[in-house]
This record gives sequence, structure tokens and C-alpha cells, in this order.
Amino acid sequence: MNRRNKKKRYEFGYDLHTQLYLHAMLLPGTLLIIVFSIIPLFGILIAFTNYKPAMGWSGIFTAEFNNFRNFMQVFRSNQFWPMIKNTLGINLIGQAVIIPLTIVFALLVNELTSKRFKSVVQTTTYMPHFLSWAIYGGLVVTILSPDGGLLNVLLQKFGIISEPISFMAREEYFWVIAIISGLLKELGWGTIIYLAAIAGVDPEMYEAAAIDGASRIRRMFSITLPSILPTVMIMIIFAIAGMLNNNFTQIYVLQNSLNRMASQVIDTYVYQIGMQQFQFGVATAANLMKSVFALILLGAANFTSKKLTNTGLF
Amino acid sequence: MVHGKSWREKTFDIFNTIIMTVLIILSVYPLYYALINSLNNGQDIINFGMVLMWPREFTLESWKTVLGDASVVRAIWITASRTAIVTVLSTFITTMFAYAFSRSYLRGRKVYAALGFVSMYVNGGIIAFFLMISELGLYNTYWVYIIPSLFGGFYNVIIYTSNFKAIPDGLLESAKMDGASEFQIYSRLVLPLSKPVIAALAIFTVVGIWNDYQTTLFYTEGTTLKTLQYYIVQLVQSANALEALKTSSAAGNAEIYQLLQETAGPTSAKTIELAAMLIASVPMIIIYPFAQKHFTQGMMIGSIKG
Repeated sequence: MNRRNKKKRYEFGYDLHTQLYLHAMLLPGTLLIIVFSIIPLFGILIAFTNYKPAMGWSGIFTAEFNNFRNFMQVFRSNQFWPMIKNTLGINLIGQAVIIPLTIVFALLVNELTSKRFKSVVQTTTYMPHFLSWAIYGGLVVTILSPDGGLLNVLLQKFGIISEPISFMAREEYFWVIAIISGLLKELGWGTIIYLAAIAGVDPEMYEAAAIDGASRIRRMFSITLPSILPTVMIMIIFAIAGMLNNNFTQIYVLQNSLNRMASQVIDTYVYQIGMQQFQFGVATAANLMKSVFALILLGAANFTSKKLTNTGLF
Repeated sequence: MVHGKSWREKTFDIFNTIIMTVLIILSVYPLYYALINSLNNGQDIINFGMVLMWPREFTLESWKTVLGDASVVRAIWITASRTAIVTVLSTFITTMFAYAFSRSYLRGRKVYAALGFVSMYVNGGIIAFFLMISELGLYNTYWVYIIPSLFGGFYNVIIYTSNFKAIPDGLLESAKMDGASEFQIYSRLVLPLSKPVIAALAIFTVVGIWNDYQTTLFYTEGTTLKTLQYYIVQLVQSANALEALKTSSAAGNAEIYQLLQETAGPTSAKTIELAAMLIASVPMIIIYPFAQKHFTQGMMIGSIKG
């Protein structure tokens, strides 16, 4: 019986009819992957050539090699150092603030004793995540407006400032605005992954600690926090790998000509050079460098994490 | 177990409640602030400043103006129709792909896995994608909102696959013995058994497409094919320009300026802008609490899969 079953299993599904069916079901998705993900990879060649927009798709292959001139142009651009500084600054400082605060928030949510209040907290703080950056950015601009915006009104009411400040027009405020708006939008949603990890902690550990006389605060630091460390490491790896990526729409919506020196990041530079000034080669070169460095960062972060804590993505 | 709470625990609970209340306010108040000001007389706001708690001079005019504007109605229609079409079709194509991919007896599985992982980790950048869109004749057509989004991404395939594999093999095998084709097994057994994960990922798709801004910016001329999000960014930028600089250098934004010019009566550029922002958020605010359970579940699958 058992042997017959095994033999049947081996042959099961390998007939031509079944295989044809399966491949037909894979076909639409496969075509879409090939057309929109695989074939565009050839577009990377543009970074090394004197490609002109009028050359069309076939121009990718016929345009002449231009001796890395596109890359040189990225380095020589007066926007190069500001955009590197802004990209790294907003991301590094941002993640250094956002990751610890999200963990603290998750721990505090977990300590709420009233189930009802806990669900109110979660539902309300998840909400901003579902608003687009077009809308959330619009709210930020409205609240920071010198023309009767909420923040200026409050600061004036409490006598902290006497004249309204044009927050969006001043370079020195841009990083803070980008980081805090990102924090407020994603803080609640960001806790989901930690709360899922906390839910997986064995309740007996808490009971044992309680019997030994450990306070709730003590249990939070000695049991909950160490238990979610692998999740924290994975989030840090993601953050390091994404260090060169900004949320394009967020930055783009908050950017204006007055704060550009503090708001230009690699992603907005690629858009500006490529889609507005049609320097396709330069834009592709900048994007390619970013992708290569991001891949290196991912590998390095994963390696370090594996060495230090034995957790990694791959 | 432990009876009563020490004073330290009580203080902790009080502080915790205060922190949570502050975070609730920080999450909800910006939208509430937008709501009360959009419902207030615009000229009153210009004269006496924005309201903080309750409308001073209540009026629905701003909302009526926005919803009565032909270009807004068109943007709503474009956004809503593409969201519906893409969600239905991409869920179908992606789950069908994932079902076939999850079968242990699929030949050539590695080829599909290789294609999938390459598509997930590397991309040619926006210029290459733009050239592909142009080559296919999708640039500045409605189709650019549909066709490139029809496959939901390999990451979703991985999530679906792990769910489909959890369905007992015996169930699907016996259906196959009874003569059901692979497509019938997929559509009549696997889909109904996987409702929670499909609901979760479909809602992610709805949110992603409804909130998408970049497609309009990158792959259309931004004139006749405006989505609601694109419209709002233009509105925000124009309203700021209008109020701060009092300029009407409105090249390319003619219809935005037309809408803002209709601001004689009880509306202003600001109240119009806020009303439009709220109208674009309403569908998201309605669907997300209902789907919270599904979301959490979907995220948990995602966290297991890394």
C-alpha cells in the first residue's frame, strides 16, 4: 500500500496535459516579468553610452560607448556632494531616530492593560500609513505654513517666536521636517512587525519572571526586548540596505526651489536630470551607482549581523 | 499570582496612557485640522486665521466646489477605475501564477524562480522603464496605469505560495483524480480556501494603486490623465504659489488655476486644497480599519518570509 502510494506520488502531475496547464497559468505573469522587469535591465547600458532620447529603444544597443563620461558628469555636478549628504543625512539620522522609537512604542503598546484602549491606539496610529505622501505632504505644508499654519500659531501663542517662520523655505529645517513627518506617518504601522515578534514570546517566561519577583518594567527589558532582537537586526539590515533610497514622493512633495540644497537626494536628482532635463545617460549612471552601492551595503550589513548576532536575511 | 500593583507600576501605567494619548492626537489631529478648516468659510480663514477646534463659519461650499469641478471628477474616475481594474486583474494573474509555481510537480520551476528573484532584487531604473513604456506605446495613455501593474510582484507570489502549500495535498490530489483540471483546482478549491491572504494582499494593492503618484509624474504628460494624487500635489503647489507670491504663472496648470479662481464666495485656495485632500483620503480611511486583521495577518506572513 505504502509503496504503491509512493510510486503514484512520483508520477502524479508530471503528465503533459498537467504541465501544459501549469505553464499556461504561469504565462501572463511571466510575460509581464520579462517585459517590465527583465528586458528593461538592458537599459543599464545607457549609463555607458552617449544615448540620446530620440534614439528610441534600439538606440540602447547602437549608441556609442563614451568612456564613462556620464559617471564623470555625476561626480562633477555641483549637486553631487549635497545630494550624497542629504541622502545619507536624512536616512541615517532618520533611521537612528525611527527604529528605537518604534521599538519603544511597540513595547509600550504591549504593556497596555486595557484591550479596548490598545486597539484604539493601534487603529488610530496606523491611519497615517494609509494616506498617500501627496496628502500627508500637503498636510505637513499646511501645518508648517507661515501664513497661519498650526505650528506657527502655537509657537506664537506660547511666546516661543514673535514672527512666523517659513519652515518650508528654509534649508536648515528640511532634514528635521523630512525625518519627523516620516516618523509620524509610519510610527504606528512600524510597530506591527515588532508586536508580531512579541506575540511569539513564550508566556511561561513572563510567569516565571513574575514569580521570581521581576517588575513589569524589568520583564520588558529582560524578556521582551531580547526576544525581539532578531527582528530588530533584520530591520537594521533593511535600513542599511535602503540607506541610499529615499521615499521619492515624500521628498518631491516637500521640496521647493528654496530648500533644494538641503532636499535634493539621489532619487530626486535622477528624476530631475533624467525626466526633466533628458540627460538619460547621466541619470542612468547615477541610478546604477546607487543600486551597486545599495547591493554592497546589503551584503555588508547581512555579513556583520550574521557575525555578531547570528541573524541574517540570507 | 501578583495581587495589586506597586506605585511604580501605577506611575508607569499613567505615563504610558499619557504617551499613547499624545500619539493618538498626533496621528488624528492633522486630518481633523484639515477637515474643520475645509468646512469653514474660506474668506473667514483669510481674515481671522485657521480654526483649531471647530468651524467658525460652517459651510460645505469648498467640498461642493471640488466635487462639482469637472477636472476633479475626471481625476476621481481615473483613479477609482484603475484601482478597481488593477486590483481584480493583478490578484487573478498573481494568484494563478503563484498556484502553478507552488506545485511540486511543476517542471522548470527554477527558471520561474530565477526570473522572479531577478525582478525582485534588480531593476533597470526609471529611464529604462520609461523607454520600455514609450516603446510599447503606453506613454501618456490610460493603459500605462493598467498594464505595467498587472503582475503583483514576486514578493506577493512568495506569500501566496507559502499559503497555497499549507493546503493539504490530499485534498487537491483527490480533486485531480476526479478529473478536475489544474485551473479548476485553482479556481474552485485554492482560491476559496485562501480568502484571508487574498483579501490582505488585494487591500495592499488597492492602497498602493489609489495612492500612486509617480506613474502620472513619470509616464504621462500630466495634463488629461491626472490621478487624484497628482491633482492634489499640483493643487498644493499652486495654492502655495497663489497665496505666497500672488502670481498666476500657471503654465500647464490651467485647470487647477481655474478651480482656484472659483474662490470668490465662501471658499479660498486653502479650503479647496484641504477639501480635495480629504476627498482623496476618504476611501482609504474607510477601508483600512475593517481590514486591519487581514493586514496584520499578511504582515506576519511577510515577516516570517523575510
